[in-house]
Amino acid sequence: MSDHRGSFYARDRDWHPPAYTPDYKTSVLRAPKQALLSLDNTISEMTGPVFGHDMLGPRDDDLITNWSKTGDAIGQRIVVHGRVLDENGRGLPGVLLEVWQANAGGRYRHHKETYHAALDPNFGGCGRCITAADGSYRFRTVKPGAYPWPNRVNDWRPAHIHFSVFGHAFAQRLVTQMYFEGDPMIWQCPIVGTIPDKRGVEQLIAALDRRNTTHMDALAYEFDIVLRGRRATLFENRMEGT
Amino acid sequence: MVQRRDDLKESPSQTAGPYVHIGTNPNWVEITGVWQGDLGLVLVGPDTKGERVLIKGRIFDGLGKPLNDALVEIWQADADGLYNSPEERRGRADPNFVGWGRQPTDRDTGEFRFETIKPGRVPYGDGRPMAPHITVYIVARGINIGLHTRLYFGDEAAANAECPVLNRIEHPGRRQTLVAPRGEEAGLPAYTFDVHLQGHHETVFFDV
Repeated sequence: MSDHRGSFYARDRDWHPPAYTPDYKTSVLRAPKQALLSLDNTISEMTGPVFGHDMLGPRDDDLITNWSKTGDAIGQRIVVHGRVLDENGRGLPGVLLEVWQANAGGRYRHHKETYHAALDPNFGGCGRCITAADGSYRFRTVKPGAYPWPNRVNDWRPAHIHFSVFGHAFAQRLVTQMYFEGDPMIWQCPIVGTIPDKRGVEQLIAALDRRNTTHMDALAYEFDIVLRGRRATLFENRMEGT
Repeated sequence: MVQRRDDLKESPSQTAGPYVHIGTNPNWVEITGVWQGDLGLVLVGPDTKGERVLIKGRIFDGLGKPLNDALVEIWQADADGLYNSPEERRGRADPNFVGWGRQPTDRDTGEFRFETIKPGRVPYGDGRPMAPHITVYIVARGINIGLHTRLYFGDEAAANAECPVLNRIEHPGRRQTLVAPRGEEAGLPAYTFDVHLQGHHETVFFDV
């Protein structure tokens, strides 16, 4: 069997958004202009911190109740679940997922937020979980609302959940967003539009999962996340010891 | 026709946006009590081995304005040059040093700060030692894919001069964008690592 311990497959920069995307205006002054320094992974990128399940509290993965003051958060109750895989299709255990989102009305609990929609006194908007041995994860939340944002005059974000993902190595570090099947707002969003390939966008759209709804409780969406895979080291001399 | 390969593609990156701290530093944005303390604020404990140092800096946009809404992560080896990671096969890292830290940039000044230890040297792929360095990862509104770079230490001139990664940078002047000059603050060596996203002093970012 192959030993997937080699360096990570080169990141396909044509699959990711480029840095400079003028329709997303903030990128104009924040996009590096010089060529990136490309190099094969060193041990500094092939290692990364480990997060143990023991750091999680019982409600970390339940955004409906983890900031409750008087009751559950308002909104369409959903379970988001899926697997974190690498590009070789292997489930990755021990991956820390941190999520954050607007409430059901599209409002974030944040000092910079200017949208008129109401805050929900029972919704904070953050959650986290760690993948199981097969790479699976789940959390419960409310479906976030769409909201307008200051970019072009009439730009709206589609409903989305932000994900911060820690794989097994710093080379796999990824921050992305999840969208919802059937949302017409996806295709007019300049942030979604930074992704060059329509298939890349589709990779970020969670599928409505009718089989895994929770009876009289929550709809389910399935969302798999793929992190960089590693080369096999069958024919390599490794400079490390055994 | 050839055999088909069913390779998966890495999920595309999307910006962390202006509200990233809700997810990563909820206590810092007044969403308190969901969990105790934000992750990554403290790197060093009383039993951590190594020389205490302060890392600080700001991230400047193309017009020289510091970003006050960014998130900075660091990842580094321990004082002996070992990573606290299952992938580390050269020995056991200091159990009192995880080596990972995370800080938001200050809302007013844009400054980030880490109290950590100076890392030892770790080898490049061919076994030559790299100069002591800290991996730095930056996300923010307007950054579509997280930026990887490295901090090198200004008082390590000899090691920096022979570092195989620094020497991969074609223009010697650009190597200096990764070297943090040493000062002093509160009795600790303090290294200032200012990151420039654009312009004449644009920091070298990595595709690694």
